[in-house]
Amino acid sequence: MVAIITNMLSMCIPFSVALLLASLGEMFNQRAGVFNLGCEGVMAMGAFVGMLIPFLAGKGGAVSQWYNVLGFGAAALLGALFGLFFGVITVTFRAPQGIAGIGLQMFGVGTAGTLFRHFVGGTQSIPGIPDVDIPLLSEIPLIGDIFFSHNVMAYLAYLFVPAAWYILFKTYWGLKIRAVGTNPRAADSMGINVSLTRYEALVVGGALAGLAGAYLSIAQAKMFSDTLISGRGFIAVALVYFGHWHPLQIMGGALLFTLAQTFQTIVQSMGISFPYELAVMLPYVLVIVVLSFTSRNQITAPSALGKPFNREIRT
Amino acid sequence: MTKSFRIAFKVSIIAVAAIAAILIASIILWMIGADVSDTFYVIIFEPLTNMLHISEVLIRAIPLCIIALGISVAYRSGIINIGAEGQMAMGLLAFTGVALAFPDVPRPLLLPLAMIAAMIGGGIWGFIPGILKAKLNVSELLSTVMLNYIAAQFYSLCLRTIYLDPAEQVYGTGTPQSMRLTENVWLGRITGRLHYGIIIAIVLAVLIFILMWKTTMGYKMRASGSGARAARYGGISVGFYLALSMAISGAFAGLAGGVELAGVHRRAIEGITNNYGFSGVVVALFGGLHPFGIIPASFLFGLLIYGSTLAPTMVGVPANIVQVMQGIIIIVIVTAQMVLSNAYFQDRVWRRYQALRKKEV
Amino acid sequence: MDNRIKSLSMEHITKRFPGVLASDDISINVGEGEVLALVGENGAGKTTLMNILMGLYQPDEGRILINGQSVKFRGPEDAFRAGLGMVHQTYMLVPNMTVTENVALGYRNTGKKRFDMKAVRQHIEEISGKYGLSVNPDAYIWQLSVGEQQKVELVKTLCLGARFLILDEPTSALTPQEVDELITLLHKMTDELSIIFISHKLQEVKALSNKVTILRHGKVVFSGNTNDYSSQEIAAKMTGHEIILPKNAGRREKGRCVLSVENAIVMSDRRIPALNGLSLDVREGEIVGLAGVSGNGQRELAEAINGLRRVESGRIVFFGKEISNLSPREIIDEGMGYIPEERNTEGIVPPFSIKENFILKDVSSSTFSSKGFVNGGRIDSAAERLVKRFDIRCPGIETAAGSLSGGNIQKVILAREIERKPKFLVAVYPTRGLDMGAVEFIHSELLKIRESGIGILLISEELDEIMNLSDRIAVIYKGVIQKILDKNEATRERLGILMAGVKEE
Repeated sequence: MVAIITNMLSMCIPFSVALLLASLGEMFNQRAGVFNLGCEGVMAMGAFVGMLIPFLAGKGGAVSQWYNVLGFGAAALLGALFGLFFGVITVTFRAPQGIAGIGLQMFGVGTAGTLFRHFVGGTQSIPGIPDVDIPLLSEIPLIGDIFFSHNVMAYLAYLFVPAAWYILFKTYWGLKIRAVGTNPRAADSMGINVSLTRYEALVVGGALAGLAGAYLSIAQAKMFSDTLISGRGFIAVALVYFGHWHPLQIMGGALLFTLAQTFQTIVQSMGISFPYELAVMLPYVLVIVVLSFTSRNQITAPSALGKPFNREIRT
Repeated sequence: MTKSFRIAFKVSIIAVAAIAAILIASIILWMIGADVSDTFYVIIFEPLTNMLHISEVLIRAIPLCIIALGISVAYRSGIINIGAEGQMAMGLLAFTGVALAFPDVPRPLLLPLAMIAAMIGGGIWGFIPGILKAKLNVSELLSTVMLNYIAAQFYSLCLRTIYLDPAEQVYGTGTPQSMRLTENVWLGRITGRLHYGIIIAIVLAVLIFILMWKTTMGYKMRASGSGARAARYGGISVGFYLALSMAISGAFAGLAGGVELAGVHRRAIEGITNNYGFSGVVVALFGGLHPFGIIPASFLFGLLIYGSTLAPTMVGVPANIVQVMQGIIIIVIVTAQMVLSNAYFQDRVWRRYQALRKKEV
Repeated sequence: MDNRIKSLSMEHITKRFPGVLASDDISINVGEGEVLALVGENGAGKTTLMNILMGLYQPDEGRILINGQSVKFRGPEDAFRAGLGMVHQTYMLVPNMTVTENVALGYRNTGKKRFDMKAVRQHIEEISGKYGLSVNPDAYIWQLSVGEQQKVELVKTLCLGARFLILDEPTSALTPQEVDELITLLHKMTDELSIIFISHKLQEVKALSNKVTILRHGKVVFSGNTNDYSSQEIAAKMTGHEIILPKNAGRREKGRCVLSVENAIVMSDRRIPALNGLSLDVREGEIVGLAGVSGNGQRELAEAINGLRRVESGRIVFFGKEISNLSPREIIDEGMGYIPEERNTEGIVPPFSIKENFILKDVSSSTFSSKGFVNGGRIDSAAERLVKRFDIRCPGIETAAGSLSGGNIQKVILAREIERKPKFLVAVYPTRGLDMGAVEFIHSELLKIRESGIGILLISEELDEIMNLSDRIAVIYKGVIQKILDKNEATRERLGILMAGVKEE
């Protein structure tokens, strides 16, 4: 029993990384006032490109870790490009963000699937990235397995949480992001380029979503498939609401949802006869329940969220 | 500003939008080394070359049309329903349930009963995000997507368990599907696989037109969607109409499932929803959220969807390309709409145009 | 480096918006230490002109000169660098940030390379000490009152190095006493600064400015020295013709009480009490004006009366029937009329046509529908009649209401409410942002309603409007009625003191 629980908890951190990165990216978008529902599509593209590079380099066999690094880099870059594209649509042309995000999601998922069939074909696995035990700390019983025996990206992602907090609340860039997401007109009158700032946030958010996707394909699943993302992008968006646009609370949310996702694994490993489908449903149900409790009276929400800015139109 | 300029402005924006969409799709096709023009030909014109193809296009247009009609009702009431996929699945389950439970009830009774069950199944699945939005302000974009995943799992679960074809249990091939449904719930066929669902779709389009523009209920739904605050101040209970519109929207998606099942598959299998729920969003937008625009739009997208199934064998292009195109089309439509409604931009273009003309004189 | 602004002029500025010529060949000039009052009706183009000066809008024609040198501002950052600073009418502050953070937003414009919150904080304390503008650098904006926010705006502008101040209607949300303070402060500042200020209140123009420029429909119609002209002369030039706003001259027998609010407690959006046990009676055939600095519970009171906001405790009684926490529909059916605060989002459905907006509250009535189907013919003929009767300027009844001017939108709302033959009317800021012609029309309509024996609760921040129209004036402060005055007891000064929360003995 202890072994099962330790096992489950030790899966929590590595399995939560994709959600965490994507949510933090979405947090930057929303803090700047842009609701990017295309996250799912960007993750799909990141996941595809991320696995494509090590796959092509090694034809499925072992490759130098540098190709994985290159995979992550390419995924981040592609994600950033998608962020830029979404900026053109929603910031420059001021298209309604919700439905445009759905378009981006379909485009991303569709393109990833199309390219995957052409360049890879069927299910092909890649070696992925190894776990790194942190000296001494990983020796501690239980704690070591749960916290200090994961892959490099997992450590980096969790180190990024305080960094994101610092960026958002202690730097000028963070100040600008928060200002354009709350009162863009005020930011504008202070000489801040609202559109540019939103573009910047979208690029950063897109890069993080791309990384999140690549993490899924390179580090977690070690392969790509059409159903690899299966709603994680949307859950990431929901997590931002759940975490009240705050990095630490978002981290808590990511862990909670991952726990729900690992539920199916425990069920199987404990040999309880419980329909597999119901276990898979759990995180999705959880999203709805959580949103039901947190969506009302969102005082902390960036007040310009979802509203395009136009200097010449007074509201 | 002259009228001819206004028309020219509109036409050129639409042209630019169309070119942009084709260009982006071409880039993707070029990346996978496909022959771009051949691919477009196969997807858009090949399905029109013979009657068999055309009937296949129409078969796909039927669920698209019904789903898009529902989505347009919700959209006009101020709520974006991207949960038609799940609502359709719930409709399929309800329809199958009735058909399996009462195989001996005569057709004139059973068919409508099963269809109503499908509407209720989808309607409930649409009502949930509607009421969550109205009462608790839950983003319908997120809740409907989540309900899609939940419905998909639930659908598989049912096919594997309570609906599983007894024959499968005997032979143990393990294909999750129901037995062939009783003939009493079949929709008749006109030619080939084309069934009478097409009439249902057209009748529903007319009904939606009357509902939205000729009744007080439609007025109130549109008011809630166009100016929720003002509608509330005007004594319209916006939340009620939001939830109602989603229930209608879901019922239509459920009905689309019932029609698809009764007309085409006649047994519940995996993959019936076929992304129609998402394509329906594109159709609704492309049809201008108007029933008489949705009818031709659903034909067009039926064409694209069927065309894309021909693409893998004929030009070696994966069928996913249709999803790519739909994504681009949504983006291009909403972007072009914003540009068209941007009076400032139009004004600027007009003045630049005038300045140019002055120079020429 | 001599960075003083000895003279600033805008020459032949023209700016077009779709369908509007917002600035039409405007020229102004301000010398060192001068105060120019930019005067004109709402919609005359004052704010647009100043936004052009700050680089927020680009002029289509014309140029800006500082010390005789032509300058081009691509954005506010260029204007800041040149030493200009503007306090906008709606304050440009981010509510969930502190004062320091708000000022720090503009630190790039002061030429500093490093982002240093401590230095910004110090700078704020320096400036606020120097000018006697006390602000707490660590307070969040949303915690501050309107008057305090204005101080923050001034400090912010000065911190960014402004040597030339532009103030857009700086007094519109202040009590008369706060206005006096501000004028004294600005007088002191003219030792070092030049000022342009926008106003349509002539007392302030006379008190503060040396020069006055009057705009009408985007054109300069007059420029001159303030001292050479009387307020009346300036007023006449401002409107172009003598508009004398109608006054409530009627005397009425005391009618019965039709609306009474008893000890109402109502929450604001931030879940803190906005009405703290407010009580108020309105009788039939009288106008009760509710005076107060905005944000003291006016919006919440109007919404609570109309069923749009929960009444936590207390009662609202309407013609003898308790209506608190009934639905908006039920209250409308009781005969309540309502002109809401935000005419564009609360009063009309913008994409709907004028005729569709007329029936917003009555689409299900037997006049406009039968058995759930709308009666298009009846709606059209009623709409045609109303457009004529209320002189709504529009291409036709199919025009989208959102595309009309503010005055015409307000007429659409007024027409709808009057046509419904209400038993009572709540009018919130009914003339905000309208030109004098529209104001006159709406005032005389309100008086007509009063004459027909209907009670009106008039909520406004324009003291003139309230004093002209009301039979009685209630002053609201922090969610309670400070005092109710009869119209002949009310003076600006007395109302001002009450609005500031000072209790009378």
